[in-house]
Order: sequence, then C-alpha cells, then structure tokens
Amino acid sequence: MDSTTVIVGASLAGINAARTLRLQGHTGSIIVVDADSERPYDRPPLSKQILTGEWEPEKILLPAGKEDLDLEFRLGVRAKAVDLGARQITLEGVDGAVANTAFDSLIIASGASARRLPDSAGIAGVHVVRTLADSLALRAELDAGPSRVVVIGAGFIGAEVASSCRKRGIEVTLVEAMPLPLERILGTEMGKVCAQVHIENGVDLRLGVGVLQLETETVDGVEKVIGVALTDGTTVATEIVVVGIGVTLNIDWLEGSGLTLDDGVVCDNTLLAAPGVVAAGDIARYPSARFGRMLRVEHWETAIAGGEAAARRLLAEASGETPVAFDPIPWFWSDQYDRKIQLAGRPMPSDTCVVVHGSTDEFRFVALYGDGDRLTGVLGMNRPRHVVQLRALFEEGASFSEACERAATL
Amino acid sequence: MRIVVDFDLCESNAVCMGIAPEIFEVRDDDFLYVLDENPPESMRAKMEESVQRCPKQAISIAED
Repeated sequence: MDSTTVIVGASLAGINAARTLRLQGHTGSIIVVDADSERPYDRPPLSKQILTGEWEPEKILLPAGKEDLDLEFRLGVRAKAVDLGARQITLEGVDGAVANTAFDSLIIASGASARRLPDSAGIAGVHVVRTLADSLALRAELDAGPSRVVVIGAGFIGAEVASSCRKRGIEVTLVEAMPLPLERILGTEMGKVCAQVHIENGVDLRLGVGVLQLETETVDGVEKVIGVALTDGTTVATEIVVVGIGVTLNIDWLEGSGLTLDDGVVCDNTLLAAPGVVAAGDIARYPSARFGRMLRVEHWETAIAGGEAAARRLLAEASGETPVAFDPIPWFWSDQYDRKIQLAGRPMPSDTCVVVHGSTDEFRFVALYGDGDRLTGVLGMNRPRHVVQLRALFEEGASFSEACERAATL
Repeated sequence: MRIVVDFDLCESNAVCMGIAPEIFEVRDDDFLYVLDENPPESMRAKMEESVQRCPKQAISIAED
C-alpha cells in the first residue's frame, strides 16, 4: 500500500499506533511528528526515578521507539494546522520553516502540555514536569541541594514530585487550593488518607490555600524566585517552585479543521474523529458504554490501548472490516513515598466509597466505589494483587454489592 | 519461550497478573512470582501483551 499515514505525537499513544500499524502488516509510509526533539520516552519516571537521580534518560526510552519499524520521525517539529479536505498537514520545522505534508490517514495523539502559573514565564527556579527536558532541568537544581522546594498542586504530579524531593532529603511545602488532595478524583474520605500520607512523610502540607504571587529578585539581569506568597497571608521562602496544576490539551492546531473539539478531540466509540482520522491518548474524548458517558482519560495504559485501537480502526476502515468499540477499564498507578496508589474504573467524587480490605490507618487497603449498585471504582493502596483481581469485576459486569462480597473473599 | 523478569525494575503493579494470572502472581508480600517460566506456546499473545503493558518494562521473552 502506497498510502501515507501521519501521526502527530511520538509519545505512548502515537508510537504504539505506529507499532500496531506495522505489526498488522501496513506497508505505507508512516511519518511521526512531535514537538519534543527527544526520541520517544516514557513519562511516569519523569516525576520519580529521573528526578531522584536513580535512572538516566537512556533507561526511559520507549521500546517501540527503538524497534526497527521503518518510521520517518520528524522530531522537534510542530503541527500547526490541518486541512482534511486537501489531505495535508502544516508542519513547522526546528528551523521555523513551515511546509505542508500530504497524508491519506491521520492519527492525532498530540497529548497535553503542563499548565503554568500566569506571569511566571522566564522566572528562574520555576518548573513544571511534563517533558524529559523539564525533569532534567529540575533535577539539576535539586542536585544543588536547595533548602526547600515549594510544590504547587497536590495532584498526582505534585504528589510524586514532593515524594521524590523527600527521598532526596529536601524539605517540601506542598500547596493545594482544594480542601484535600485528589478530592475531585477520589472523594473526601480518600482525599483525607492521601493528605495524611504527605504529612507522615514530613511534608509541610497547606490545604485550601492558593498562590497570591511569586516573590522574585533580579541578580545580574536574571529574575529568580525567592519565595511564594500564599492566600493565607504567609510567604514560604524557596529557591525552587514546581507547578503541578494540570495540563492544557495540544489541540489548538486543530481549530478550524472541521473536527469537533470539546475538551479534546471528539470521536465515536471506535476513536474515529472523521473519515481516515483517528485520535488517541490524552486528547481523545469518546463515548464509553461501560461508564455511560463521554470519557477522556489521561492514563498511561489508556494511551497504549488507544494508540493500538486507533491504528486498528484505520486498518478496519481500509479493509472494510467491522471496527471494534474502544472501552477499556481505566487504570492508573501513582507511587508516592513507599505507597503505591492504584485506581481502576472511573468513580465520581460523590460516589459511595467503602473500605473492603485492610485499613486506611495502616495505608494498606482496598476501597470500592459505587453509584447506587453500579461498581464505579477500585482503589488500592499497597494492594496491587487485590486491585488487579477486582478490576476484572468490571469485565464481568459485577454490581457494587457483588464486588463488595467478592472483595471479602480475597 | 522463557519469561524473564528484571526484579530490579519490577515494582509489582500486577498488570501482568491481570493479563495472565496463570503465569504471574503478585502475592501478599507485594512481590511478583513467576509461576511458570516456560509457558506453552499457546500463551504467546498474552506474554507479549504482558511485555508491552508492563509499566516498568521489566518483562522480556527469551527464546532458548
């Protein structure tokens, strides 16, 4: 087949889409574009092993990125626009030159970028952790032995950065605008447990507190952060601020393309966004029959599964086979200090939450979430076996009460 | 085929156990145990899925 497939995004979703196309026998040319100039790498270690210095970047290269899949990589290249009618994508090269590339099929896996604090651009000592370059820049400053790091946002990235800093013996102030960490994902009760994990590990946790402004000083023409003024009236002195306040989706380049953009690229239940155009990873919003609503999932495993499914969707379109619905059970893990948090499913914070095994006092437990008698989530802390076994209950269509009964037998 | 786990990398996320519980088992001590290091050829697809889905790239397949 002489067709050309362009994949925007060389991270987990994009590279697994490319790999799947090749493994399924696709022989056309595959062009993989990414604004990041690094070879494809895995992101979870960026807030953990890379930051602590345990691992070097070579160790996080994605296996699929090292395979000989006959891909044409265009790294450091940014997608600027796409014309679906003319079947061409506008790319901006490393040198700033803009040119169009023709394609037959398009896989959109452009992911997300870290949100930054307003008016923080160019201030030395202010970091985000999204790319390898981000992580290495922060690590270099941690190597200098700062007295304290202020982490803004106690979501998963913020929590893992705080954990990595504590592992290095660095004092941490963790600032969260909400009353509890992760409350919007895990609910109030489990948010309290997560807060306690930070406190037990010596973190100065400030909840329900926002950032008023960064305090800076300018030395030799360089503006550096020296502290963070908070809405509770206090100021925390620090040389390093890490901002973990979520992401913005890299979908600006799709404005005006005719694709439906609504907090992501809106797809059908097979990840098809338009004829010959599929989406995968953080930016794909798809209808989930399993959860009865549109989902957009930013998890590691969903990126792999989505990349594979998106590639298969294109192949099905070409061959006329019936496409398969994409509806995996969302699952992720987060390593914080010596605790492993895993969540399967997609609970709402208002769902019922019951601890079915172990105890939250010991930070070693399993909790189930339910909406009425519908099972919506399985949360584990240092209980990986239970999470994986209970996760299978989603496939079986077990009710919340059945899941609670089953958990008691594990 | 022989299943090789790099236990320095493995951090017991138990993803492999979810894919192939007859081969991989994470026990109450939170460590992974490989129940059959030489799984039958009929398990190959599941073994390859386990390799791809391991968050730590800790599993590999040796052909010997």
